[in-house]
Amino acid sequence: MGELILRKISVVVEEIHHEGGPIADVPLQRAAAVAVVKNPFAGRYVEDIQWFMDDLRPLGLDMARRLVTALGGADRIQGYGKGSLVGAEGELEHGALWHNPGGYAMREVIGGTKAIVPSTKKVGGVGARLDVPITHINAAYVRSHFDAMEVGLNDAPAGDEMLLALVMTTGPRIHSRSGGLEAWDITGEDGLR
Amino acid sequence: MSVTIRKTATWIEETHLEMGKPISPPTRKAVAVAVISNPFSGMYQEDLTELMETGAMLGGLLGDKCVAALGITPAEAESYGKAAMVGENGELEHAAALLHPSLGAPLRKAVEKGAALVPSSKKMGGPGQVLDVPLGHKDAAYVRSHFDGIEVRLNDAPRANEILVAVAVTDSGRPLPRVGGLAHEDAEGKDGLR
Repeated sequence: MGELILRKISVVVEEIHHEGGPIADVPLQRAAAVAVVKNPFAGRYVEDIQWFMDDLRPLGLDMARRLVTALGGADRIQGYGKGSLVGAEGELEHGALWHNPGGYAMREVIGGTKAIVPSTKKVGGVGARLDVPITHINAAYVRSHFDAMEVGLNDAPAGDEMLLALVMTTGPRIHSRSGGLEAWDITGEDGLR
Repeated sequence: MSVTIRKTATWIEETHLEMGKPISPPTRKAVAVAVISNPFSGMYQEDLTELMETGAMLGGLLGDKCVAALGITPAEAESYGKAAMVGENGELEHAAALLHPSLGAPLRKAVEKGAALVPSSKKMGGPGQVLDVPLGHKDAAYVRSHFDGIEVRLNDAPRANEILVAVAVTDSGRPLPRVGGLAHEDAEGKDGLR
């Protein structure tokens, strides 16, 4: 076990009222929490890295709670996603350490969600942007909730840092009309439909 | 169909060395993009059928390009992903219409099987903007070694009345997978999850 060194956290909330079509009665909200932490494995190859997932667990929970608060409560959350952006002295594999602590933190805080949390990862420099994919929390095939949110910070990730992101949404795309499985038709048991 | 392709591009990325360790054989990711005209730019169009049909055409075209670039048989593909970036006169839903209703079936044909959901991403953007295409195992979404992504960027797309559509295919997972979880070898590939 090491000690997690957190440099900054940023929470962004987007509120979408329309996108050229009818104005929604209730705007869609998308929120992202982004944390910048020191990468304990930067600059060298380290074989045993899984212990860092334990260090990231409290951070994941903190970020998930911030999102739920920003969006007005767990019962308002309908979509989620996660991603990681590893600074240039790190390795792609370090970004994979976020899967478990980031995903299960959101599942715990929202409460018993069924669908896999979609994700993406890459290595990038200061100011790089990351598109975090989003799907429905209980049924991955709900077409109206496929979305994404672009995140990033002008001053991160430095070479020896990792930028970790969680996103949540309160509903479908604002003018959803591409058909497919609808949220009101799901059984929500197998995580898919 | 009034949708036209202005350009396509295909990239292949091989990783031979990661954090000083040789990767043999190298891990390989391919991504193919098409820049198309947006038939609904500048107006609100309720019926998006034309884009759905275009998505079906692009799933096969771009999937085949990726497989050809990797020089593999379709069955050797291991993971895939898709994404779209809509120019400023369009709407996010145009990306959804391209990606979700009809693009998946021909892509699955191009990579043989594909029991798992095709991971996806979408956004609005302008020329030169980066688009991240998420990647996941094609038959079992929980295979942790294959969670990845690949970045695409074209200096001149998408223009305001265009949409950039990307499909990515790999023949491998991350270079040095060691964060546990379900392994490629242990996946059953029946329910699309495990």
